[in-house]
Amino acid sequence: MTSTLHTPATDPAGAVSGPQTAEATHHPAAVTAPASSPAHDRQAEYRTLMRKWWFGAAVGVPTMILSYPWLFPGLRDVFTRGGAALWWLWVAMGVASLAVLVYSGSQFFTGAWEALKHRSANMHTLIAIGTGTAWLYSTVALLFPQLFPSAEMTDVYYDVTVVVTALVVLGMAMEVKARGRTSEAIEKLIGLAPKMARVVRDGVELEVPVEEVVVGDTVVVRPGAKIPVDGVITDGVSAVDESMITGESMPVEKRAGDEVIGATINKTGAFRFRATKVGADTTLATIVRMVGDAQASKVPIQRIVDVVSGYFTPAVMILAVAGFVIWYDFGPAPAFAYATIVAVTSLIIACPCALGMATPMALTTGVGLAASNGILIRSGDALQAAKRIDTIVLDKTGTITLGKPAVTDVVPANGFDVDVVLALAAAAERDSEHPLAAAIVESAAERGFARLEPTSFEAVPGYGIRALLGEQRVLVGKRAFLEAKEISVGALEEDASRLADEGKTPVFVAVDGRAAGVVAIADPVKPDSRGAIAALRRLGLQVVMITGDNHRTADAIARQVGVDRVLAEVLPVDKAYEVRKLQLEGRTVAMVGDGINDAPALAQADVGFAIGTGTDVAIEASDITLISGSLHGVVSAIAISRATMRNVYQNLFGAFAYNSLGLPVALGVLYPFIGLLLSPLLAALAMSFSSVTVISNANRLKRFKLAEVSA
Amino acid sequence: MTPDQFLVTVGGLAAIGLIAWFFWLKRSPGVKASIVSDGYQEQMILVKGGYTPNTIRVTAGRPVRLLFRREETAACSEQVVLADFGKSALLPTGQVVPIEFMPGESGTHEFTCQMGMLRGQIVVEAA
Repeated sequence: MTSTLHTPATDPAGAVSGPQTAEATHHPAAVTAPASSPAHDRQAEYRTLMRKWWFGAAVGVPTMILSYPWLFPGLRDVFTRGGAALWWLWVAMGVASLAVLVYSGSQFFTGAWEALKHRSANMHTLIAIGTGTAWLYSTVALLFPQLFPSAEMTDVYYDVTVVVTALVVLGMAMEVKARGRTSEAIEKLIGLAPKMARVVRDGVELEVPVEEVVVGDTVVVRPGAKIPVDGVITDGVSAVDESMITGESMPVEKRAGDEVIGATINKTGAFRFRATKVGADTTLATIVRMVGDAQASKVPIQRIVDVVSGYFTPAVMILAVAGFVIWYDFGPAPAFAYATIVAVTSLIIACPCALGMATPMALTTGVGLAASNGILIRSGDALQAAKRIDTIVLDKTGTITLGKPAVTDVVPANGFDVDVVLALAAAAERDSEHPLAAAIVESAAERGFARLEPTSFEAVPGYGIRALLGEQRVLVGKRAFLEAKEISVGALEEDASRLADEGKTPVFVAVDGRAAGVVAIADPVKPDSRGAIAALRRLGLQVVMITGDNHRTADAIARQVGVDRVLAEVLPVDKAYEVRKLQLEGRTVAMVGDGINDAPALAQADVGFAIGTGTDVAIEASDITLISGSLHGVVSAIAISRATMRNVYQNLFGAFAYNSLGLPVALGVLYPFIGLLLSPLLAALAMSFSSVTVISNANRLKRFKLAEVSA
Repeated sequence: MTPDQFLVTVGGLAAIGLIAWFFWLKRSPGVKASIVSDGYQEQMILVKGGYTPNTIRVTAGRPVRLLFRREETAACSEQVVLADFGKSALLPTGQVVPIEFMPGESGTHEFTCQMGMLRGQIVVEAA
């Protein structure tokens, strides 16, 4: 075992299972394409199958013509029925068709034999029995015509052998090609993995393979370069194109303290960052692992299909035998020939592949499509559940809003200037640890105000702060705080009330005993929240906002973004309970949160969406993870889930309908009524196309237009 | 009914009985996974037109490592899925791919190719 290269399997938790061997380097489960991958195998398989098809086709064309020489004027005279020339021609065709069976059709016989050894039967079994029976019948009829009661029964069916083999092989080649396209998304993700990184070691900048980057390394990124691993910027400013990971098309501005994701592309500036995640821990590796697992998972409906396909192939064999017996006993003469053809046609037309591929192909394409838009669907169960939801609960902070309080308005009192009010408030708040203080200080810094040093500072918890800035006495806080100092807020009261109605928190500023202005602070609504919520409502969902804020603030935000229902003053621990209450109303509920403190609610919901994150913890807690912070991702995820499940049902319907119509026709149920009996050649054509149709329908999902859903 | 029709009918019924028995009714007892030095229950499984062995017996509560080795290029078998344990793996031709899991209570769990055509089962037995 130790001498063999082990390719580790993965589990949903993201842990790499399985032993590592000497071949493994620093980060054994990082995103790398192995020397022999299913993609390589598929290429080789496709080339082999195409060679087999061409050989089958080359033999097939003359075989088709020469099987019925009496239909062609020139040949009719040379190859007369019962003549030696025709007999020798058919002997030559027998040899040629045997060559096709051995070369082009070998996988059917070896596959059937291998399956038989496992007491199972599959498509190979059906085709091997079908083509083998046609060849054997023809050969026996040719060599021992005296065994047959009439001359009519001694016609040969070598054309069936050759053409069926060739067509099914062609179908398999097309299937291999199309299967490759369904898994393009994950191969593209794997292809994003950077190869080299520039790191600083002992003060020297070195280019090293990305596998050699360790946590804590300082990594240098030049303009236009791919960011090698995940980390936090320590120095520099730039715009980064994260579209390949988050699905967001606009480059994101990054500065010191911001996180960067490996495999994204640096656009304009140069910067340095400290590596925080390498190898199998990077966001890209997590995504690849998760997408792979989701694509291999099963949609609940697949379990029913599995039961059916477990019985399918032997059931077809039983039907073929039953068809043979019925045609032999009750069919027209020559009964043996008819019975054989009916049995062969039934075996060939049945397509267990279409049934087996219906769900996995759609799931693979749908999950891949989602991943390429920054949406990680955890499993087939999540996908099916997402299709059923009728109510969506959005956590306010961090989901609808940015989750970061900021100054939105500054209203000066008569005789004061906006900038002066903000600058004084910021200077006074400089040493405060209150979250609202940070918003004021940051706002002043963004506007480039000089930092003033307070000579004294005092915080009155729950009310505000007092500070001395040179000669000026500054108070910042609630109205009651100013009034306690006998400072009247005057006309500012009206402004404060209006701002509160808009969902903002007003903070009063007083200078030297006079009210100077009101600074309004709010957690701003994300620019695209309103549009996304409208799109969710267009999808027929009831949109509920849940928040710990008071009703006044909550209602103000709700009015801005247009939700249907507001659940305000809900403590974080009670969010799961509120979700449960909605479920008790008979609703199928999705919960959208940032995945940090919403875990119980995300778990309680029928579908949990974690938004704006690619961390393992958030992925674990949710059914669907949106790497970007935009609510439009939720719209896209639901639309993709619905489209994928629609595709699954279309495929399943197609596969079931094909088999349940094709089989009876092949068995000849229409013969007594309209004299229709299917040719085995047509059956082969239909069989090949049924599985290709299923895959092509799944591939159609890739053209799904997300922009139209969100518009 | 002529004698040949009688023979074909009886032969057909016998063939139907044989197919049902062969594919559905007869079950192999399976192979018991062996315990290796690191405490895992381990079993090598050959992937070629099916899984050999296709029934693996393991003891509940002790970690299991299945080593899949695919010796064919047919696309059907390129992935193995252990849906009940939430595990899956791509099986590049000629490479050994380990899948590990902890079997819980006794019961039978299927492992299949992605399309559910190739099938095997893990029989978890009480310790």
